[in-house]
Amino acid sequence: MTATTFFAKAGMGRKTTATALVAKDGFSARYDLDRLRGIFSRPEHRLAGQSYVGRVLVLDAAKGGVATAWMLRDMKARGVIPAALVLNAANPIMVQGAAFADFTMISGFDLDITQAIPNGAMVEVDPAAERPFIRVLPE
Amino acid sequence: MRLSDQERAMRAGELGPAAQWAIEHQVKVGDYLGAADFVPVSQAHIMADTESLGIAGVEWLERIASLPWDQRRVRIPAITDPRGTDFAAAHRLKQQPWMLELERRAISAFEAIGILMTNTCINYQTIMAPLLGEHVAYGDTGVVIYCNSVCGARSNFEGGPSALAAALTGRTPRYGYHLAEHRRASLLVEVTYTPGALDEWGALGGIIGRIAGDYWQVPALAGIDRIPTSDEMKHFGAALASYGSVALFHIIGITPEAQRESDVLPHNATIATHRVGEAEIRAFQKRYSDGIDRVDLVVFSAPQLSLLELQRVAALLEGRHATIPLLVVTSPPVKADGDRLGLSSQIEAAGGTVLAGMCFYQSYAREMAEANGWHRLATNSAKLTNIIGGYGYKPALLSMEACVTAACNDGRIAR
Repeated sequence: MTATTFFAKAGMGRKTTATALVAKDGFSARYDLDRLRGIFSRPEHRLAGQSYVGRVLVLDAAKGGVATAWMLRDMKARGVIPAALVLNAANPIMVQGAAFADFTMISGFDLDITQAIPNGAMVEVDPAAERPFIRVLPE
Repeated sequence: MRLSDQERAMRAGELGPAAQWAIEHQVKVGDYLGAADFVPVSQAHIMADTESLGIAGVEWLERIASLPWDQRRVRIPAITDPRGTDFAAAHRLKQQPWMLELERRAISAFEAIGILMTNTCINYQTIMAPLLGEHVAYGDTGVVIYCNSVCGARSNFEGGPSALAAALTGRTPRYGYHLAEHRRASLLVEVTYTPGALDEWGALGGIIGRIAGDYWQVPALAGIDRIPTSDEMKHFGAALASYGSVALFHIIGITPEAQRESDVLPHNATIATHRVGEAEIRAFQKRYSDGIDRVDLVVFSAPQLSLLELQRVAALLEGRHATIPLLVVTSPPVKADGDRLGLSSQIEAAGGTVLAGMCFYQSYAREMAEANGWHRLATNSAKLTNIIGGYGYKPALLSMEACVTAACNDGRIAR
């Protein structure tokens, strides 16, 4: 694989391909999202106003409280969930939420993944590979 | 993960499908986070509000609750975080019937599993504080950080499903803050101004949370010049956990695992050092009050108020009357004590509303805003200011005194 492939320390869920939505900011379902409209709603968030539905979110770190662990499953049931979450640093809540919702997540890179993935790029995320990875697909 | 005979039996379904789901979930989480095995836990604390569970979560819970008793029951004492309403006051908040119905279904399912509906995020002040070294599985970040740091207990953030899994199996994956090697400080903060009011302690927590930045950082504070009160630690920790996703802090010379610097600081290495003083705290407060001259409501919540905070609110309202909604949110035992001691009636007579067993942001805050026309909110909780913006509110962080004054002055903020 080429330099457009970036390996993570851990992964969970299923292989997925979608458009990346990238920001050097955190992620919390409760703090940051309007889960009815499917958009980032916290005004200070760098993705405020943008839809997260069906996107591979490439963000810095898991933030906020424990609610995301319940919320990801409900978001999935209502069809307002990202395609995957790619984080520099996960916290246990994101891991627990992903496990409960059967949601795709990878985390832990040797570089700042939010600087490595272009916003709007089509990406492939494979959490089940021997070394979980995110890959930028050719245009 | 290494599994014991009992854990393998659970995984094989010998203790029923609930324990089987629980141990499978825990193994997935433990594998991701590098746990070698399980650690027994003495208590679980479960996030239980339906704004978090949603319909999908409640239906899932009901399937567990429908199992035979010996297959669905918890194996250790399990208690709950605030729920999404105070049924006695839901009409005053303009909460909708469907919210209350979903809450009733969730409560019924939790109770069927053997969970005690304590509805509190201040269990360490009101139910049973854990001891130094005690392994627990707590939800609510404020509960975890207080119990880890102030009590010296050992817990990671356990979201609702994982706390429930711990309750069903009596154990949790041994990673993160269950391990001594993760409990040493990773950054040092020299504090040159010891906060006074609770909102200042929250501001300090918010500032350090932003510096720390993620779950795996453990700040150690030096320079705090007196023993903080439980409520001060509560507001500091809740904000630190909220802004930084931090689960453990030390205050050198004060918290139990940091009696000496050498207890928590690296012996042969330097760590990042930061300095925070009064100027940073004032700037933090200003950021959350600039541009707001008037608010629609005042909220004391997140965390729920202790009996002493309730007494303080009642005293501040003496001889005054709130002319905008003033919500005072506490735990069921504190509300009962407040009723018995006349504090609730003092607050209610002065135009306030005392709510029990809920927390403002966990109670359909967006829908309450739309139903009541609420937009600008004053609070002394830095944690609440961090959360509530995502629900469409514009928050102002003020002292408890300034909040009460605003509530009694048509929402105008004194400058």
